[in-house]
Amino acid sequence: MSPQVSHGTFVIDRVFHACPAHVFSAWASADAKAKWFNGPDGWELLERKLDFRPGGEERAVGRFPSGAVSKFHSRFYDIVPDTRIIYAYDMYVSDTKISVSLSTVDFRNENGGTRMIYTEQMAILDPQGSLASREEGTVWLFGNLEAALAAQTQK
Amino acid sequence: MQTAHDALSQTFAALADPTRRAILARLAEGEASVTELAEPFEISQPAVSKHLKVLENAGLISRGREAQWRPCKLEPKALQGVDHWLDRYRRLWEERFDRLADYLAELQAAEAASAQSAPEKARKTKKAARKRKKST
Repeated sequence: MSPQVSHGTFVIDRVFHACPAHVFSAWASADAKAKWFNGPDGWELLERKLDFRPGGEERAVGRFPSGAVSKFHSRFYDIVPDTRIIYAYDMYVSDTKISVSLSTVDFRNENGGTRMIYTEQMAILDPQGSLASREEGTVWLFGNLEAALAAQTQK
Repeated sequence: MQTAHDALSQTFAALADPTRRAILARLAEGEASVTELAEPFEISQPAVSKHLKVLENAGLISRGREAQWRPCKLEPKALQGVDHWLDRYRRLWEERFDRLADYLAELQAAEAASAQSAPEKARKTKKAARKRKKST
C-alpha cells in the first residue's frame, strides 16, 4: 500500500541587524552555517557537508538522545548572491523518509538590516499513518516537541 | 470550537512537565497501569493520576474503562496531523534562526572590535615583520 501524502507551506519572516551579505554568507559558508544549522537540543552531529553552488549538495546527519538518526539531504537549485537561495531537501529519521520540501530563502535590504523570508513547501509523507505508530516516528515527534518547548520557555 | 492552536497549547502545557514526558516515554513501549507507571517515580499514585488526567485532557493518552485496571495508552493522534507537522518544522526553523541572529550579533560585535583595534594590530604586524627579518 502506498503511503498517503499531504502538502503544506509555512513562512518565517525575520529581520536581522546585519547586512544582506552577512546573512547570506551565514548560509553560504560551511563554518558559518555550522554555528546555527543544527537539530534540537541534545541532537549530536555525525556528518556535515556543504557544496554551496547550483546543483551542489548539502548533508547533515545527526543522532537524537534516543539513538534515532536524522538525515537532511538537500540540493541547491538557485543561488543569487545576497538575494536568494532555493533548495530542495528530504528528511529521514532512522531510514524512514518523512518529508520532501522545497525551500526558498529571500534576502532584502531593510534600513541597513536584512529582512529574510523563509518559505518551505512540504510534502509530508504518511502524516497519519504508519510512521507515528513506529517507535522512531514517536521518538522524532518527542524530539521536536522538546525543542519546541525549549524555544517556548526561552521567549 | 477549539482551534488547532489551542489544542497545540494544551499539548505543550501537558508536555512541559518532565514527569509527564517520562510517563509518555514509558507508554511508548506499551500499555501500563497507574501502579506500573508510579513505580519508577518517587511520587504517590494520586500524584501520578493527576498527571495522567492532564495527559488525557490533552488527548495524549487514553485510559481503559475497566473499573480496577484502567490501562493507560499513548494516543499518537495528538502528535500527528499536517498542522502539527508544519508547526513542528516551523518551530525547529524558528529555533535555528534564533541561533542565526545570535551568530550575526557576534559577527557584528567582532567586526566592531577589530575595527577599533586595527591600528594596534597594524603596529603588531609591523613588529612581527621586523622580528622575522632579524631572524633570517
